[in-house]
Amino acid sequence: MSYREHANLLTEEKLKRILKITKQNKIILMQGRLKAHEEAELIEKTMSQITRDFAGISFCVINPQQNGKQQVPFSTKLKNSIYNMTLGKRDFLTIIGPATIVREIRKNPTKIDLLINQSKRRK
Amino acid sequence: MIKKLKAFLNKFVNKLFKKKSTIKLGFYGPPNAGKTTLANKICQDWLGEDMGSASKIPHETREIQVKEKVIIKSGKKELDFNIIDTPGIATKIDYEDFLRHKMSKTQARKRAKEATKGVIEAIKWLDNVDVVIVVLDSTENPYSQVNLTIIGNLAARDIPVLIVANKIDLKRSKIKKVEAAFPQYPVIGISAEKGKNIEKFYKEVFKLV
Repeated sequence: MSYREHANLLTEEKLKRILKITKQNKIILMQGRLKAHEEAELIEKTMSQITRDFAGISFCVINPQQNGKQQVPFSTKLKNSIYNMTLGKRDFLTIIGPATIVREIRKNPTKIDLLINQSKRRK
Repeated sequence: MIKKLKAFLNKFVNKLFKKKSTIKLGFYGPPNAGKTTLANKICQDWLGEDMGSASKIPHETREIQVKEKVIIKSGKKELDFNIIDTPGIATKIDYEDFLRHKMSKTQARKRAKEATKGVIEAIKWLDNVDVVIVVLDSTENPYSQVNLTIIGNLAARDIPVLIVANKIDLKRSKIKKVEAAFPQYPVIGISAEKGKNIEKFYKEVFKLV
């Protein structure tokens, strides 16, 4: 999901789309990130839609610009802030998947491990 | 924006008139981090009674628990708190996980349903707390999205936060990792179960209010 595809959507529409896709057992790779209140609302909406077949989601936000313990020079920080302010937080990458498929996303913090469930079908 | 303005005005008015006689202290965190164990420890210390039941099975607390008029003393200071213990916040709740804890299918489904409601309630209560203690299990990876979402939402609301790295009595505990994950917040390592570092914890709470 490119930044352009979701940036102008209302929170309600954005979250509806995310949940619709994850319920189709697909993993979303989203350019950018949700706002803090949107993340909380995503959790709320996910909880309200949990059924026997939909156990929720796993999600994770990573910033490829982040270099762990390495110090980022001030000029880079400033450049990134201006870039984020004018063009939105496009540097971030959000991964959202259904919990039945994505068992866990481990962030550590510069790399992520996506742990997938082996086929799990419920009767 | 309106929320931020409201929070700022509330803070300003309260400071101006020193009106905040009771502080609403919320306990947030993922399931099984030890929120209720810590809340129980505080209530035992100052009221002589427990707040709720704690268990090794996740989502033991499925409703908001409030204990009013908990007067805590630290040094020469004394403050009146309303302690709010919230259900653990999670992005997924699978009833099958409860089956591993020797529950029947009916019990597991019931617990899962109640737990989902609890998470929603906990998030809604973010607007009703003055200060938050984020309780994390120091043996677990602190970079989980749930932790980041909770802290991000508290920061957006301008609510003072103290991060508690719980279970430091366990060998796998890595408090340094918690500190590295949240360098902008005060972090204190405690063992709520063993009562380790509790005095230091009270001091840190008083610094926030």
